[in-house]
Amino acid sequence: MTKVSMTIDGVRYDDDVEPRMLLVHYIREVAGRTGTPVGCDTSNCGACTVLLNGLSVKSCSMLAVQADGAQITTIQGLADGEWHPLQRAFHEEHALQCGYCTPGMIMAAADLLRENPHPTEHEVREGLEGNLCRCTGYQNIVRAVLRAASEGVAS
Amino acid sequence: MTITTEIGKARTRKEDARLLTGQTNWTDNIQLAGLLHIAFLRSPMAHARIRSVDVSAAKGAPGVIAAFSGADFAAEQGSLPCAWPVTPDIVIPAHPPMAVDEVRYVGEIVACVVARNRYAAADALERIDVDYEPLPAVLDMEAALAEGSPKVHEAGNKSFEWPLVSGDMDAAFGDAPVVIERTYRQQRLIPCAMEPRATVCEPVGDEFTLWSSTQIPHVLRFLLAAVLGIPEQKLRVIAPDVGGGFGSKLQATAEEFLTVLIARKLGRPVKWTESRSEGNLAVHHGRDQIQRIKIAADRDGRLRGLSVDLLADMGAYLMLVTPGVPLLGAFMFNAIYKMDAYSFKCTGVFTTKMPTDAYRGAGRPEATFGIEHIMDDLAAELGMDPLELRKRNWITHEEFPFTTIAGLTYDSGNYEAATDKAVELFGYDELRREQAVRRESGDPVQLGIGISTYTEMCGLAPSRLLGQLRYGAGGWEYASIRMLPTGKVEVVTGSSAHGQGHETAWSQIVADRLGVPFEDVKVLHGDTAIAPKGMDTYGSRSLAVGGIALFGACEKVIAKAKVIAAGLLEVSADDLEWTPGRFSVRGDPDKGSSIGEIALATFAAHNLPDGVEPSLDSDATYDPNNFSYPHGTHLCAVEVDTETGEVKIRSYVAVDDVGVVVNPLIVDGQLHGGIAQGIAQALYEEAAYDADGNLLTTTLADYLLPSAADLPTFVLDRTETPATSNPLGVKGVGEAGTIASTPAVVDAVIDALRPLGVTDVEMPCTSQRVWRAINEANGGAR
Repeated sequence: MTKVSMTIDGVRYDDDVEPRMLLVHYIREVAGRTGTPVGCDTSNCGACTVLLNGLSVKSCSMLAVQADGAQITTIQGLADGEWHPLQRAFHEEHALQCGYCTPGMIMAAADLLRENPHPTEHEVREGLEGNLCRCTGYQNIVRAVLRAASEGVAS
Repeated sequence: MTITTEIGKARTRKEDARLLTGQTNWTDNIQLAGLLHIAFLRSPMAHARIRSVDVSAAKGAPGVIAAFSGADFAAEQGSLPCAWPVTPDIVIPAHPPMAVDEVRYVGEIVACVVARNRYAAADALERIDVDYEPLPAVLDMEAALAEGSPKVHEAGNKSFEWPLVSGDMDAAFGDAPVVIERTYRQQRLIPCAMEPRATVCEPVGDEFTLWSSTQIPHVLRFLLAAVLGIPEQKLRVIAPDVGGGFGSKLQATAEEFLTVLIARKLGRPVKWTESRSEGNLAVHHGRDQIQRIKIAADRDGRLRGLSVDLLADMGAYLMLVTPGVPLLGAFMFNAIYKMDAYSFKCTGVFTTKMPTDAYRGAGRPEATFGIEHIMDDLAAELGMDPLELRKRNWITHEEFPFTTIAGLTYDSGNYEAATDKAVELFGYDELRREQAVRRESGDPVQLGIGISTYTEMCGLAPSRLLGQLRYGAGGWEYASIRMLPTGKVEVVTGSSAHGQGHETAWSQIVADRLGVPFEDVKVLHGDTAIAPKGMDTYGSRSLAVGGIALFGACEKVIAKAKVIAAGLLEVSADDLEWTPGRFSVRGDPDKGSSIGEIALATFAAHNLPDGVEPSLDSDATYDPNNFSYPHGTHLCAVEVDTETGEVKIRSYVAVDDVGVVVNPLIVDGQLHGGIAQGIAQALYEEAAYDADGNLLTTTLADYLLPSAADLPTFVLDRTETPATSNPLGVKGVGEAGTIASTPAVVDAVIDALRPLGVTDVEMPCTSQRVWRAINEANGGAR
């Protein structure tokens, strides 16, 4: 067992974990933050994307011990009282159906807009390439990200 | 019916609030005190006899509570059910949830470990020793049917042969001036719902609650009871939030049965969560047909006859509706076209691969691809524009209702209107001109145009017809309405949503009919203890069947409310007039009672007329008398780089007619996703097995789902021809996009390459395949 300490959605967690424990399993099963789902085992789908010290990572492709000392934001910590502009835009544009990819998609989009506050449609499509959705054909996801960008989400 | 603004309104979804904030209740999120974790050991062999399974070392591993092999369940596990014995002499092999004597596909479950956490369970799998005696893999359908082929099952490799003949085939084909014959291949696909499957079972005494990521909690409960002998009333099945299905969760799975069996054996709550690579192996696959199609026509393009001879890969066993899937296509190969004669034959073939079953469209995408693809080939043969060929043969809007050569009666449609709109949006003529210029100049990037004028049968299904087709259940759906004393409304639907948005659309229907605010309606579903009966969600049936049940329940509430209102207002019921939300006295509109006032008065029950029960609650079960028939015209333009084989979708226009639209936002979303899934079949996805029967595409790194960067922006529009077979005029939209889009894309690819001598490219049309087809047409010059 190895000691880890990290802050998830503003709460500090200190635990002893097996060194091989995936970060996503730590978030879901130790911290009990089940808003972040697991969609694959090869880091292709991006459903488990969270922000680690402000940057998006796929939490299935990191070990919990690698996140020692980190600040992690999941979909459950994104809203600050009110919904984050991306959550609002996803709702308004009907950018989700089953919702399984949604947490990862929104976290990836948040990082995309941090890097590029005013992306073109093409840049949004390229930027979200690492997050798979089976329901929406991405059309409304792209619209939602562009809408959030136009509302100045990054500022 | 009275139209209010609620039906047709682009309401944003009620479901979103929990999905957007991480408060979703996926099955894998469920925690119970003392919950144990199951890991399954799966066969690495496509076909083998099991000599022995030794789980003793696994039992001693850290954290392990139990380990079992098939022998431990042999006496009680029964056989996974096939509900669709399509012919009287169909071969339905025994299908034990955990293999006992023999394995017949890579991924079949041979043993399991139950441990305190998922890591310990997975670790202990390595300590299980299975001694296999290899048997020959059977992978190719045609070889499987040949004399002397190794057998998948003792009874042989043919499961059934199902024929349909209508009209005089000899007359249609005998002296036909033009007959073309083609063989197309529908590759095997993996549904890949984003949420991997998961199960949790809690035993309490002799009662069980099963949570499962399923589309069919009601059907599953019935089947578990029937197969495992658990009294149905002691079994509760809950589908919590379910992350997509696309047919893959329309199944009674080995994992569900084993979860219940393990919980029963141990008397402790257990959970199983699938990994993606496990899912690619062992979630039922889709499609996989060889289609031999022959079409006869006059020189002017008029169709005379169509002959379809299918080989359908069942995989190793028949699962819930495996043999029925190609039959749904039997009624759709003739599509929107008139012809004199039609014959269809399907042979179900066993191979040592994962069983196939329903996947978005289930039989209709295959049929639509077959007919639309050969219509293009026929147009090329006749030297005719493919759109013109379709126009010469389709059912015109004046001809509805129209009984097709396959025997279905299409109630309504307007193919001309949808096509005209699509052609205009697409800029068909301009694109044809550009195509001519590129062909003329020998542009290395050629332009191709694909057309799909599709229809489908959805709203599954009239029970009587299902009975005639030997399906084991009915096709009705159930809804109930509970009027709460405060005037709010609870709606219970038997249709179990997994991403579609029923909570929103059903609220709109109730708000429309009862005149209550949209916000005041709560929709409950997916739990057999809450929604006592239902046929669940598949086959684009929820709105067209479940929505009509809901409509019926609303009518009953109104009828009950009328009697009670008459008592409250001390007038005759005949003097009351209903406008959604309120009964008022005819000629004295100020005098009346709102539905909320009536609900409260019914709750108090102080002044009800004699003999009237104190309840407005109502339920209704609706059995459709016909399928519904959405249709539309999809046009796709692709650019094909003839030097690299790369295909790029340049534009995609879809004009669909799904009847009356309850929520345009949801309808467009269904189409977007459906079109994407059809494009995925056309260009990207294939479940590939190697020569030994190992699945090569076990991960999402090998099985390529399209990403946002791979897809274009779709241009959508609608025509609205109400269905005449139901009071809402709705048709269904869940599968339309997928059914329509695959042939539009592939036909566009071929259309781009015909001048180069390419006549076909097998799906998926990857760069490599396209390049090879060009190269071969060129005589291998490059």
